[in-house]
Amino acid sequence: MMKQTTPEENEGGLMKSLGSPMQRRMFFRYAGATAAATTLLLTTSCDDDDDVTPPSNTAVDLGSGDVGILNYAYALEQLEAAFYTAVVANSASALSSAEMAVMQDLKAHEVAHRELFKAALGTSAIPNLEVDFSSIDFKNKTSVLNAAKTFEDLGVAAYNGAGKLLTDTGAGLDYLLLAGKIVSVEARHAAAIHDLISNNARAYGAAQIDANGLDKAMAPADVLAAAKTYIATEINFSNLPK
Amino acid sequence: MNIFKIIKDIEKVDGEVYDRLSSRRQAFSSFGSFGKKVAFAAAPIALGTMFKKAYGQSSGSIADVLNFALTLEYLEAEFYQMGLDASGAIASENRAFFTDVRDHEVAHVAFLKTAIQSMNATPVAKPTFDFSAGGAFPDWNTNPATYLALSQAFEDTGVRAYKGQAGNLVSNSGVLTAALQIHAVEARHAAIVRRIRGLKGWITNDERGAGMPAATQAIYDGEAQTTQAGVNVPSISGVSAAQVSEAFDEPLTKQAVLDIAGLFIV
Repeated sequence: MMKQTTPEENEGGLMKSLGSPMQRRMFFRYAGATAAATTLLLTTSCDDDDDVTPPSNTAVDLGSGDVGILNYAYALEQLEAAFYTAVVANSASALSSAEMAVMQDLKAHEVAHRELFKAALGTSAIPNLEVDFSSIDFKNKTSVLNAAKTFEDLGVAAYNGAGKLLTDTGAGLDYLLLAGKIVSVEARHAAAIHDLISNNARAYGAAQIDANGLDKAMAPADVLAAAKTYIATEINFSNLPK
Repeated sequence: MNIFKIIKDIEKVDGEVYDRLSSRRQAFSSFGSFGKKVAFAAAPIALGTMFKKAYGQSSGSIADVLNFALTLEYLEAEFYQMGLDASGAIASENRAFFTDVRDHEVAHVAFLKTAIQSMNATPVAKPTFDFSAGGAFPDWNTNPATYLALSQAFEDTGVRAYKGQAGNLVSNSGVLTAALQIHAVEARHAAIVRRIRGLKGWITNDERGAGMPAATQAIYDGEAQTTQAGVNVPSISGVSAAQVSEAFDEPLTKQAVLDIAGLFIV
């Protein structure tokens, strides 16, 4: 059982007191998501009665337009980053050193994706989501690798399905390129995880690819339904472009 | 053959030739980073594509982009088919994987042809390929190590090529989505080929990786980028620059891809 509460859920007051986005960004650069920072955030903001961040039992609204799609990607990257962070912290006894080396890379990549979306979204970013990994046994290799496979294949399908929803012809092209830069790395991850599961028998996720040689593309509603098991926070995606 | 003499000759009839080519500086520089032997062998093709670009090739139409992709898929499909047909190109333990890869590339060729025809455009004809690149890789179909190195080169190029064209497909969401779906399959292939070769599945900095010929460096140039969407990612994330570079694959321009593919087209 592993349920993690992330620091930003109650950070609204503190974020306001930090002022500009740059100060906020610098703060996180140094604070990270350490236990100490979590405690600090919770204790300093709990008496703030002007908290703009909804509590975790209220749906988080991804928003609309390109911002909504970026928040959708940010939500998925939060999930992946939290998962690999937990794997690196808890699964050393279950994985070989080669497998753990892959997990450490994946953790770094997903944290980089997550932090980029957070910075790019600025004040439009959704708060940190509460994840629910209670269905994953972090001391069991098969459980860990199967969860990784689920996340990576889902991530590929999510980005493939979201590309066409980035409709802004100005900045949207930049976001589309950004999504493209990320999705191929997710696909590389997915293949590597399938390969690890097959014990280096060169599995790559054949079942994800159709007769036309196309990987999956999924709509946000389907992706979030599949990810729901792992995300405790309720997500409102009704305003996303379709 | 003297490239500079040719350009000088053109200057006699077109005083603006240098201006036309100056925007192709990147093509020249990537051209120069290929092995000398390869560059010499490929000079006529690379020069041809360079001039085609400089002299007002109309681009941007969806069918043009798909024909560009089709050329790459022809190359990959034939490379894998010929590798499977050769007795010494693919180690037995990797045959099943390469058979799947061949099937995917053949499917991509058929899919793209159909898509192009559905737009009332004509699919380009399959070029004649020379996977030895004019003799630079004479053992491409007899030495599994060379075959794997070229496989990595083609797959990593394919990923960058599709990525570079996504922005040209936004007016047709169906085609854009399909291109992204192919793009992801190429990335899966790339990761496995790299792992077979003992590398990580992802690209660190702009490193082509151990055992890759110097002639393939143009495929990796520009991959070291760590600033994304105007954000310096290592500084905001605490992730090392090397790992941030791995986390984002970079696009290649159509021209850069054609310069690379041109080495293998007769």
